[in-house]
Amino acid sequence: MTKKKEAFRETLKYAFIQTLPVLFGYLFMGMAFGILLEKAGYNFIWAFFISLIIYAGSMQFVLIGLLSGGMGLLSLIVLTLSVQSRHIFYGLSFIEKFKAMGRYGWYMIFSLTDETYSLLCGMNIPKELNQKQVFFTVAALDQSYWIVGCTLGAIIGSFIGFDTTGIDFAMTALFVVIFIEQWYSYQSHLPALVGMFCGIVSLFVFGANAFILPALIAAVCLLLVFRNSIKQGENKEVVQ
Amino acid sequence: MSPEITTPLLVVLVVAACTFMTRFLPFALFGGGKEVPALVKTLGDLLPPAVIAILVVYCLKGVSLMVPPHGFPEYLAVGIVALLHVWKRNNLLSIGGGTLVYMVLIQMVFI
Repeated sequence: MTKKKEAFRETLKYAFIQTLPVLFGYLFMGMAFGILLEKAGYNFIWAFFISLIIYAGSMQFVLIGLLSGGMGLLSLIVLTLSVQSRHIFYGLSFIEKFKAMGRYGWYMIFSLTDETYSLLCGMNIPKELNQKQVFFTVAALDQSYWIVGCTLGAIIGSFIGFDTTGIDFAMTALFVVIFIEQWYSYQSHLPALVGMFCGIVSLFVFGANAFILPALIAAVCLLLVFRNSIKQGENKEVVQ
Repeated sequence: MSPEITTPLLVVLVVAACTFMTRFLPFALFGGGKEVPALVKTLGDLLPPAVIAILVVYCLKGVSLMVPPHGFPEYLAVGIVALLHVWKRNNLLSIGGGTLVYMVLIQMVFI
């Protein structure tokens, strides 16, 4: 029993350190959401409930304007599906891993945000730790930061003492770091370059608000076209 | 319950269900008892670096090069994150250092 406890403590410690950048990003982004939600007339109970069952950054901000109703059900569904459509691609890298996690796998699917996805892709988990436990702990910690941030924002948001403008840059920095880590761990740089290329071209063609889905679709197509030439130099297991 | 509660509640539930659907779709398509198709497996292996690259672009999408300060704080801070990381390979140092620089830049330098 103590051994189990010890192992859990090690897992928690590792997961906590890995999720630190998300902690800062989520706390402050969550608080921004909580403040706005409260201003729109919904208290911290709503903030808690929304971050618990929706758990999606950009969509929650869009949601604030929709809560009072007025948008038809069909439009609401179409809007949500299109804002969230990028998530369709994230699961593709984890189908077997999450399947092997049994009922915990359901939570992993539910909680697969941009940031959790990036962490799961970027981690090199030490051999002595249980991979499934680490995955679940990382996902659960991330959501707990988000819930705390959103709820706290709705309670005390307007009383914060120091200027936190720009602290959400931690999220951008996290993606840059994971990009570099993957650059080192993949033998072929083609997937990273394909993503960069598709992202930038799509941004210029479709504009800031609509670029991500076309970029992802284009990246999928290009990767499928080039898959054989990439695979030839590739021996490394990707998501470890 | 009054419509002041039921309407937002309904909206939240619909958005939650649709959000889960997008995350669940790949598992619904390929997650059953059967073997995952080789093509999907390959794609799942190759996709992460491409998606992360697109997410980097996503974070910087709102930065305008036309309007002063021409994205200077963002690109400088991204550069610092990258340099720190190539140099020390320490996640917290790279992310913490870059974020601190960015906060100073937009709060004190490029106001």
